[in-house]
Amino acid sequence: MTQIHRSNRGGRIDRSRELSFTFNGKRYTGYAGDTLASALLANGVDIVNRSFKYSRPRGIVAAGPEEPNAVVQLGASEAAQVPNVRATQQALYEGLVARSTNGWPNVQRDMMGMIGKLGGSFMPPGFYYKTFMAPASMWMTYEKYIRKGAGLGRSPLESDPDIYDHINQHCDVLIIGGGAAGLAAARIAADSGARVMLCDEQEELGGSLLDSRETLDGLPAPEWVSQVVTELAGRENVELLPRTTANGYHDHNFVTLHERRTEHLRDTAPAVNRRPQARSRLHRVRARHVILATGTHERPLVYGNNDVPGNLVAGAVSTYIRRFGVVPGHKLVLSVSNDHAYRTALDWHESGREVVAIVDARATSQGELAEQARALGIRIINQSAVIEAKGSDRVTAARIARVDLDAFCVLGHEETLSCDTIASSGGYSPVIHLSSHTGTRPVWRDDVLGFVPGDVKGMTSVGGVHGVFALKAVLEHATEGTRRALEAIGFDGASSAPRLPDVAERREAPACALFQVPHVKSAMRAPKQFVDLQNDVTAAGIELATREGFESIEHVKRYTALGFGTDQGKLGNINGMAIAARCLKRSIPEVGTTVFRPNYTPVTFGAIVGRHCRDLFDPERYTALHAWHVEHGAEFEDVGQWKRPWYFPQVRAGAVSGERESMAEAVARECLAVREKVGILDASTLGKIDIQGPDAREFLGRVYTNKWAKLAPGRVRYGLMCKDDGMLMDDGTTSCLAENHFLMTTTTGGAAGVMEWLELWHQTEWPELEVYFTSVTDHWATMTVTGPQARKLMSEVTDIDLSPDQFKFMDWREGNVAGIPARVFRISFTGELAYEINVQANYAMPVWKALFEKGDKYGLTPYGTETMHVLRAEKGLIIVGQDTDGSVTPEDLGMQWAVGYDKPFSWIGKRALTRPDTARTDRKQFVGLKPRDPKVVLEEGAQIVFDPEQSIPMTMVGHVTSSYYSPNLGHGFALAVIKGGRDRLGQTVYLPMKDGVVHEAEIVSPVFIDPKGERQNV
Amino acid sequence: MSEIREFDCRPNDQTGAESPLAWSFQRGPAPAADAQAGVTLRESAFMGHLILRGGAIVLDEAVREVLGINLPARPNTLAVDAKGERSIQWLSPDEWLILVPGGEEFVLEKALRHALGQAHFSLVNVSGGQTVITLRGPKARETLKKSTPYDVHPSAFPVGKGVTTIFAKTSLILRQPQADCWELIVRRSFADYVYRWLLDAAAEFGVTVERR
Amino acid sequence: MFHIYCPYCEEHREEEEFHPRGQAHLQRPADPENCSDKEWGDYLFFRDNPRGIHHELWVHSVGCRKFFNITRHTANYEILETYKMGERPSITAETLAADERQSGVQAASGGWQTVGARPEDEALNTEARA
Repeated sequence: MTQIHRSNRGGRIDRSRELSFTFNGKRYTGYAGDTLASALLANGVDIVNRSFKYSRPRGIVAAGPEEPNAVVQLGASEAAQVPNVRATQQALYEGLVARSTNGWPNVQRDMMGMIGKLGGSFMPPGFYYKTFMAPASMWMTYEKYIRKGAGLGRSPLESDPDIYDHINQHCDVLIIGGGAAGLAAARIAADSGARVMLCDEQEELGGSLLDSRETLDGLPAPEWVSQVVTELAGRENVELLPRTTANGYHDHNFVTLHERRTEHLRDTAPAVNRRPQARSRLHRVRARHVILATGTHERPLVYGNNDVPGNLVAGAVSTYIRRFGVVPGHKLVLSVSNDHAYRTALDWHESGREVVAIVDARATSQGELAEQARALGIRIINQSAVIEAKGSDRVTAARIARVDLDAFCVLGHEETLSCDTIASSGGYSPVIHLSSHTGTRPVWRDDVLGFVPGDVKGMTSVGGVHGVFALKAVLEHATEGTRRALEAIGFDGASSAPRLPDVAERREAPACALFQVPHVKSAMRAPKQFVDLQNDVTAAGIELATREGFESIEHVKRYTALGFGTDQGKLGNINGMAIAARCLKRSIPEVGTTVFRPNYTPVTFGAIVGRHCRDLFDPERYTALHAWHVEHGAEFEDVGQWKRPWYFPQVRAGAVSGERESMAEAVARECLAVREKVGILDASTLGKIDIQGPDAREFLGRVYTNKWAKLAPGRVRYGLMCKDDGMLMDDGTTSCLAENHFLMTTTTGGAAGVMEWLELWHQTEWPELEVYFTSVTDHWATMTVTGPQARKLMSEVTDIDLSPDQFKFMDWREGNVAGIPARVFRISFTGELAYEINVQANYAMPVWKALFEKGDKYGLTPYGTETMHVLRAEKGLIIVGQDTDGSVTPEDLGMQWAVGYDKPFSWIGKRALTRPDTARTDRKQFVGLKPRDPKVVLEEGAQIVFDPEQSIPMTMVGHVTSSYYSPNLGHGFALAVIKGGRDRLGQTVYLPMKDGVVHEAEIVSPVFIDPKGERQNV
Repeated sequence: MSEIREFDCRPNDQTGAESPLAWSFQRGPAPAADAQAGVTLRESAFMGHLILRGGAIVLDEAVREVLGINLPARPNTLAVDAKGERSIQWLSPDEWLILVPGGEEFVLEKALRHALGQAHFSLVNVSGGQTVITLRGPKARETLKKSTPYDVHPSAFPVGKGVTTIFAKTSLILRQPQADCWELIVRRSFADYVYRWLLDAAAEFGVTVERR
Repeated sequence: MFHIYCPYCEEHREEEEFHPRGQAHLQRPADPENCSDKEWGDYLFFRDNPRGIHHELWVHSVGCRKFFNITRHTANYEILETYKMGERPSITAETLAADERQSGVQAASGGWQTVGARPEDEALNTEARA
């Protein structure tokens, strides 16, 4: 296939570098510098997609991000699939593979199109709501076909081979848009010494100057651009980011930029010097000031069959001609409402192809460009417009007529002009998407016939986006706006301001307000007049919506899908508003506009994720003994971000091929070892807080429910911490190290929260208390040696006097363990004799290893969190967050012994415990459950009822909080909270399960083993 | 000084001691040496880390007397001694981090307690709980930009600055004690995550890990 | 993503470093034992939810770990000032309204999703409600 629409010269393409690519399975060639869209047009590919709802053939309409039709699926391999790429924004590279996202079996012959043609008139807006609402069960069936028909692209089925990353940026001035306004802004900002970033979504900087007919300082616009870009690139304080789209404008001038780093090279990122590079990068920019220089999108006119391939936006035609050397047809009809669009006729004419006519809705055309066209002998038809395009797969003719815009009717003088291309221009819509992201409402300007950005703190809009269109005015406006912005943030914007280039002022006649072109038939009966091509929204659809009572533009949008999805109303929004306004007989500002949301154009998920994926998805926290656990085959449990050994499966005794124990087997073995011999647990993850100060004791008394006044140095106490609502928030032991010095422990998950809690109360309520808190969680490694043999084992490694009368339960001592200075605490979470050894974490490994050297003969067994859970549950010891859920008081837990009601200060939570609700006697209380069937292990979370015969919904009276099989007891057992449970010991409760089985269990004391606590006290 | 329990948790014999990055080094080989590496990373392990809390007016004189360094009273600043071996960093209006060569921390703790007498302050040894990762090289700053939202541009982060901030999905203390030398003070349990993050972030620049 | 000036660190930091802790200037009853259930309930559970100026308690959790207050506009998210614990705000709903009266600016009743649905349509809305 040859590039039939490629002109012989011109354009910013490199004709010496031919690139081959595939579209819908066919091979084509283009040139370096092409976009996929320009290459497709060069090759005469008219149909690039099928439309969303009606499945009509669609061609390329625009040349930038506003393109609604040429949305393609990219990628040569499965893993490299990228959906939702606009062909107008995709640079061509050798070997590019693209497909239409829509059309089955293919875009040329589309089955849905047949249905669309038949069903089109039966698919008004609201069709989906109306048709598929009932029965709801059928939606699943409809949806499959609707989605297949809609063809929104698909995600890859294989893992993405590329890497993506984030980078945090800070600058004084972020300039969004690298066209005339952006470049002028960058020049003055660069001179001021400010830190400047300039981003632009296109492949190269320059914006509309790249296809402009104008000259700056006597240079063709693109040459002036190269000069300025070279000058800016040499500045140390300027970072230029082409191929970078500002996608989201968030609070306080936080802007996200998506930089496509390698997507113009290949479909997967090539390595550089064998080092991987990110395919795309998300810049997280915090800018002191934002210069919005996003320019405009040209609006197409809304006329009958304006979606047939060959209908383009006028400016896009100029872009293809001047920038890419592509003339997308032979015979042009240009339909305009303004002077600027006349350039398209001049560009077309200069390419040596025929301009059939320029149809101008205004009564006269007297601007400079119009005069130039007239001088070239181009036919200009005034007070008229294209009312309908002819043709199905490509435009064959334009039907034109005289129109009365005020009366919104056709006045006759119809004529049908043979042509293959219709270019239209209804004016220029400022690209206000980003300013809308901030929540600021745009402002309608009658003189601009468009919305301009509202006031955003720290933002200045310059040039086209502000409704300033003429080049000379744009340069002046951008320079002046930026100068003022610079001065506002403390830079000198005036002294070294660059000279503005000489630009000829061009005389332009005012534009007229033309959005939807009237047709001889009513909008409902005329050929479809498309407003939003991507979502297949027609003028008739908007009319219908207003007739059906949708008066708010927000409702019209939702009813019709106008401006939905990835399109975000770039081409259609203003036309849609205007049509709604006409139907509602209001002005456009009265009807209002919908606001735009991030992202401005789609951002690949990879860029959003950045490097927070795979092994780096979330931090993994390790204890100082992690290496040992890994070497000894531990299975790990995630506890917060910590990796804690869950259990240590051993090779089964006598296993031939080295099978390891199941979890149940390992946990049973570990449980028995602790109760019968001695076990060891890595408890380093417990939160630890060092508390110093003369008021430390007083402070503890206020944050804990129990008393601390008399805890002597050398002693340890268990404490409960409530919030002021009386609900338990954390628990742990605190040791008195010295009169003014305590070491608090918290739960693993509660560590950071408790630390902040202490600071909160100290900083906000009781700053007069002299006390400081310092986290020492990571400083100390904690090893729990527990079991009947614990003392014997410890006696082999420590110089601490372990005799029961010298080192009692709830004492702590310091000394050496395995030659390392250690603090040892006699506290027990297993109910057995236990020593918790704390050593500086750098020395944990030698201590741990020494314990195993000596521990073999005592049967020292490492155990994990699962065994810890079973053992503590056998003792009825709670785990905050498992047995409690923020609605449980110490009383509910039966822990009145740990509540000091007579303490002088009204400690946190005390008052709430006398509220009527917390004083109720039928609150859910903490009890044990013994299933009648000893083999049953109840499900954690299972709901409990008193009466199993009750019909559904049953009265639920509590639930299981913890449940295990106990190898020590020989049966399953559970902990639960049950209404008034403590008065119901011995009663039977029922647990109806989903599968219809109803378990029976007896309410018992939560302490299943050694109720008197003799074992830990030996 | 019976009100506070001093405790030297560092043994004389350092045999078998493992720094927070020991597991990271043990698990995988370091990236191959790269002469063109844009980033060089090393762990300054086993230093003495102390957290000093109290009012600046209370602490100032004692710190100068014992450490020979002025207490940095301005937010986010760092003072280093002439040899560059000892430093003290502002962490909060009533909190400083003191870093000294390993083994000096207990002597220093005792001396400071003595100098401060009955004043209200707290001094806590956290040497086991954190480590120092040093980044050098022409791409160190770029690597940091990929990791922390804090502005590391020379105009915003001059030599002598130090901040506690976000780093990837964790937090750390970031400081620049001298030109082209960034110190990351990382909590022990997060050290491996930060190490792996740094290797990954710097991969495009080439990274060398110096191990002693 | 807010950019928040920490009055202790004396510079702006990213929102990721902070945690919001709800309404500022809450007073824990001085004598909890002798306050009524209603007073205690108000302290525990009831919070203002203004459209406009709101004083909030925040903590610079990844940073200096200090609590401080923010005066923030809940509709446009502008942070008008931050101040230390124990200090009073210099900008409140009252001072702002007074300033606006002085400068002749009407207090914004904005925040309508749609440009067209402006306060001038309020009459319509009232009518519709009636």
